[in-house]
Amino acid sequence: MSLTGKSWKFGDNISTDHIAPGRLFHLRSNLPELAKHVLEDADPNFASSMSPGDIVVGGSNFGLGSSREHAPTIIKLSGVSAVLAKSFARIFFRNAINVGLPALICDTDLINQGDTLEIDLSLGIIKNITTGIDITFVPLPDVMITILNDGGLASHIAKHGDFKLSI
Amino acid sequence: MGKTLVEKIISAHADKDVSAGEIVIAKVDICITQDGTGPLAIKQLQKIGLEKASNPERTILFIDHSAPSSRKELSNDHMALREFAKKTGAILSDVGEGVCHQITAEKYINPGDIIIGADSHTCTGGALGAFATGMGSTDVAIGIALGRTWLRVPETFKIAVTGDFPKGVYAKDLMLHLIGLIGADGATYKSLEFCGPTIDKMPMHDRLTLANMAVEAGAKCGLFSSDAITKDYLEKMGRGDKWVSLEPDNNADYDRVIEIDVTKLEPMISHPHTVDNTKTIKESLGIKVHQVFIGTCTNGRLEDLRIAAQILKNKQRHPATRLIVTPASKQVFLDAVREGLIETFIEAGAAINTPGCGACVGVHQGILGDGENCLATQNRNFEGRMGNVKGNIFLSSPATAAAAAIKGEISDPRDLM
Repeated sequence: MSLTGKSWKFGDNISTDHIAPGRLFHLRSNLPELAKHVLEDADPNFASSMSPGDIVVGGSNFGLGSSREHAPTIIKLSGVSAVLAKSFARIFFRNAINVGLPALICDTDLINQGDTLEIDLSLGIIKNITTGIDITFVPLPDVMITILNDGGLASHIAKHGDFKLSI
Repeated sequence: MGKTLVEKIISAHADKDVSAGEIVIAKVDICITQDGTGPLAIKQLQKIGLEKASNPERTILFIDHSAPSSRKELSNDHMALREFAKKTGAILSDVGEGVCHQITAEKYINPGDIIIGADSHTCTGGALGAFATGMGSTDVAIGIALGRTWLRVPETFKIAVTGDFPKGVYAKDLMLHLIGLIGADGATYKSLEFCGPTIDKMPMHDRLTLANMAVEAGAKCGLFSSDAITKDYLEKMGRGDKWVSLEPDNNADYDRVIEIDVTKLEPMISHPHTVDNTKTIKESLGIKVHQVFIGTCTNGRLEDLRIAAQILKNKQRHPATRLIVTPASKQVFLDAVREGLIETFIEAGAAINTPGCGACVGVHQGILGDGENCLATQNRNFEGRMGNVKGNIFLSSPATAAAAAIKGEISDPRDLM
């Protein structure tokens, strides 16, 4: 599967409060509305300016903080096709895969704001079309590939009636 | 090769011997959600037609993040949680009961258990010798329905602690120091295993503070052996019969060993906007504080309130500094009332809130104004955490927080002891 989009650069330690802040707690059961504010406290222009397919590119420890699955869910709902970072906080990483949002670990210093990226999930390569550089990403564990391919954990369980992971 | 605590607990739940790095399907003993994550968990189960709890008496839905409700939308979310509990037999912990992590420690967690919770500070339960970790709504939803989850067995950092705490220095200061040392992602995906002579005699309330903040270093869990102190705590909570001894093997394999001598520590402050931005009290003196918040799953226990009350006794809060006190649970509140601690706080000018998460989550009960500084005993100081991206959050022990309430600025609590 290949994903193409423009990059939106963010710094290190983008927290779940940046992505889905507590002050919007009351919108958690209205995800389309919450998605209009995605990443608002890190970049107030992001939600209104991004286009479907675009790619969020963070630094290290992306998604630190709360377990709120609403964070990756509204990133996905807003139309973002993948999140790239040098590293992810573990709960966010797991949640992203569970909601069907590819979260990939790579050297994001090789990506600038606005670069056009093409991600080949099966080959494990991100082509930076703007700079011509190929960036490899750390392969996801098999269990996460299975969950991602099934469209997330809920769909995985709905499909198989139980965990069906190659363990 | 011997086993770490986390390897032992996961092995016992996966029906095979496992080591760090392995991925397993493990049986889950306790599942918890709160009012910010439970509604989504329920929706996920409804969506896939699995609206059931495989172990209802060990499935607890907490209402603590906005309790009492601050918005009609959240009142409706609370209704959905009550409805699910009624339908499945799961336990509902309603408005006024307190923070999920304090109550799970008081009432539910036993040594050797696996607890998954849709709240990142579920790791608090590691203080009781249980593998307790935070996950998202869907993971916990599936745990509720099937009684199992998939886990990667984490590698372990051994945190070996020696020495006696000097006056005015507490477990919170130790944890802020540790996180400053290794960084907010210094232990990502690891298990932190606390040990050493200082830990062996550390009371349960302090162990809960350390385990609570394991996630602030990126860790998956913060674990303690189950020992005489664990046994004592369980007996006090009326379930001494659930105690089992649990300790790591002498020849267990550790990724890293970090040694800390607490005799050299000072009161610590995390400065905005990451927990690892730590400085000593000396480097932080004189910063104006508009709001002091004492409470949360990190430091809202009876012993924390005692320390703060001792400093605030017969004193007044600074006229330019608000003081908010939120006991972590109903039991803590009741004990604090009976001991006269609440009277001390009220006389000192404090506002007392219903047991729960209170101001920590940025939903209600203490949202900061633009440019305001808050010194809080909570675990997190991210931008926007307390409801306003233009607010600044500093973190400290209850003693340092109480001192700031009196002085109106960050002050050395040892000068008031």
